[in-house]
Amino acid sequence: MSRINSPAELEAFRSNLLSERDPNKTCITLCSGSACHASRSREVAASIQEEIRKQGLDGEVELRRTGCHGFCERGPIIVIRPEEICYFQIKPEDVPEIISETIKEKKIIERLLYTDPATKEKIIHESEIPFYKNQGRLVFGSNVQIDPKSIDDYLALGGYSGLAKALSQMTPEQVLEEVTKSNLRGRGGGGFPTGRKWAESRNAPGDTKYVIVNADEGDPGAYMDRSLLEGNPHSVLEGLIIGAYAIGSHEGYIYVRQEYPLAVENVNIAIRQAEEYGFLGKNILSSGFDFTIIVHKGAGAFVCGESSALMTALEGKAGEPRPKYIHTAVKGVWDRPSVLNNVETWANVPLIINKGAEWFTQHGTEKSKGTKIFSLVGKIANTGLVEVPMGVTLRDIIFQIGGGIPGGKRFKAVQTGGPSGGCLPEELLDLEVGFDELTKAGSMMGSGGMIIMDEDTCMVDVARYFLNFLTDESCGKCVPCREGIRQMLKTLTNITQGKGKEGDIELLQQLAEVAGEASLCALGRSAPNPFLSTLKYFRDEYEAHIKEKRCPALSCKELISYYIDPDKCKACTICGRKCPSEAIVGGKSQIHVVDQEKCTKCGTCFEVCPTKYGAVTKISGEPVPPPIPEEARTIVKKSKEK
Amino acid sequence: MDKERIDQIIDKHHGEASSLIQILLEIQAENHWLPKEALERVGERLQVPMTRIQHIATFYKAFSLVPKGRHQIHVCMGTACHVRGASRVLDTVQGVTGIKPGETDLDLKFSLETVNCLGCCALGPVVEIDGKTHGKMAPAQAAGVLKNYD
Repeated sequence: MSRINSPAELEAFRSNLLSERDPNKTCITLCSGSACHASRSREVAASIQEEIRKQGLDGEVELRRTGCHGFCERGPIIVIRPEEICYFQIKPEDVPEIISETIKEKKIIERLLYTDPATKEKIIHESEIPFYKNQGRLVFGSNVQIDPKSIDDYLALGGYSGLAKALSQMTPEQVLEEVTKSNLRGRGGGGFPTGRKWAESRNAPGDTKYVIVNADEGDPGAYMDRSLLEGNPHSVLEGLIIGAYAIGSHEGYIYVRQEYPLAVENVNIAIRQAEEYGFLGKNILSSGFDFTIIVHKGAGAFVCGESSALMTALEGKAGEPRPKYIHTAVKGVWDRPSVLNNVETWANVPLIINKGAEWFTQHGTEKSKGTKIFSLVGKIANTGLVEVPMGVTLRDIIFQIGGGIPGGKRFKAVQTGGPSGGCLPEELLDLEVGFDELTKAGSMMGSGGMIIMDEDTCMVDVARYFLNFLTDESCGKCVPCREGIRQMLKTLTNITQGKGKEGDIELLQQLAEVAGEASLCALGRSAPNPFLSTLKYFRDEYEAHIKEKRCPALSCKELISYYIDPDKCKACTICGRKCPSEAIVGGKSQIHVVDQEKCTKCGTCFEVCPTKYGAVTKISGEPVPPPIPEEARTIVKKSKEK
Repeated sequence: MDKERIDQIIDKHHGEASSLIQILLEIQAENHWLPKEALERVGERLQVPMTRIQHIATFYKAFSLVPKGRHQIHVCMGTACHVRGASRVLDTVQGVTGIKPGETDLDLKFSLETVNCLGCCALGPVVEIDGKTHGKMAPAQAAGVLKNYD
């Protein structure tokens, strides 16, 4: 491949590329993101390739291994184009039939289609499935069409035209102005106006400036940045190069977690290709602008998602934050002006430059423009990544797109914003998502994790869970965070273990206030949020744990006992055989009894007891009934009684 | 891990002190832990004091200063897995292996770690053993899966 030297050459290359591509050629796109790899997507790909060859379709059918499609609940997913036939949960065994029936004979295989749970109707096309239909995918949409290892796929969809436009038709000031006008706000958590950050860096003294992609996605339950970087790395690179041009930077970093090997691989390939094509390096598209990118793998520390900590890590040190009286935009990596934006923020930039700030501001609410990708996980029917315009209600995301709560359970809370965020109850389901709206409700946007909880989730335990996470991840530099959240964790653990006492809630509130006010960085300052929000909306659960030693959700291990209802037990022996600690007494025709001394409360008996019997129950806040006497345990079948 | 290989890794990064974390990551990936001799060699070549190397090796989660077992168990404790009962799965894994998170058994059979999110939340609770993902785990199933390793 020879270098592309000007915007005109880029357009010529693109039209040549498109003319060589037959839009009517059959193309099978297969989701090959990390989540689908876990569901055997690699084996499916091998099987498709083999069947194409075996059934003599070499050259007629293309297999394209794309990034994440977002509907992880039903992965691996294939879409057969141009017909847009969508099959779900493909196993390698399904492949021969797909090739011989659908590809060759154009026949639909019913069992692989999506079934609408409400209407029981089978849906063929991706765009008609409720999960996709109700989204607005500006940033994430290309994922389903692009092989992330192919720059040509990105170019075929108009890739790098934003860069060409910026470099040839706009001055750096105009690029900056467009981004400022778009009102794009940081997608990584804080929601800081991107344009303002860029301007601060541009105006800061010094010739050497840096631009950085924050791909240190550490919130548990959030993986949209990974999927974007894995699935469409060029969109992030293009945004970064445009940003560098606006700020006057010639060196960029991508800070990506080493736990994301596929993202590291794909972004490295993308950088190499962009260099080959001339989108990186010296004199990009003959504009005189030079820019290079270095990938830095993060070694695993949650606090490194914080800007000053991340920059310290880039310098090869332990990633501890520093006070930010002077913003990192002015004094960042090696004390030079550095602009750090999240993966999703950078990926929005080419869209804004291409289509204009006016187009961008049509999406979203007054103060939160554009779309946001959320990772919808937990107790939800359709786990996956969803992109919606800002201003959509939580209810629409959870019930219309997410398909509601599985197993006939009741919705209890949605946790947004990761460990710095909070839990929102049912009353707030009609809240419109936006940076300010979520903060006002006591949570935050964060990077976009959305964890759904049902009636079986204990809210005190959720607070304890996040404090445990944060205690572990606190870097230890400042006392309010290091000691404060550790004491909060201790008190919360006591409460969940039934050792809570009067005054604990007040103590927690005091600790929360100090940690929130006096910690050095956002990790410590926001650490009390999981506690404060659950206390605000679920105070009764805290009180039940402390006063009655009862866990209303029947979840806290130390506060529950498993009990077999003798009237319901049919002595099927399943629980006895499955119990890992041999704590169930009873055999054939003998009503089973849980030996409370031996029981480790793993819950296996509760899960395996056939639902038609439902004999195993959980008890909390009251004593376990005494076991029925041995002589009464024999079950006598009614027919024998006669 | 021999000295030549460590030197190769250092040379790849041009012996720059700012690449310290990247160099340690590569040694960790190849050797599965960071022996004292390796750290000393890195310190010598990069002219970085041992205290700083120790600081980094203990600060970041990716590094281990002790040898690892033949099989690496990662129990996902991400929020999605947590609300689906990951802590009960972890209890069982601890019971079966006899070790706690961060530990390796005396036979060097298993090393157990908890991780904060493997990013395959649709499959939760998830246990990853030697890179293979086992999804929708219940305590009894996790015990069954572990029996297949020796």
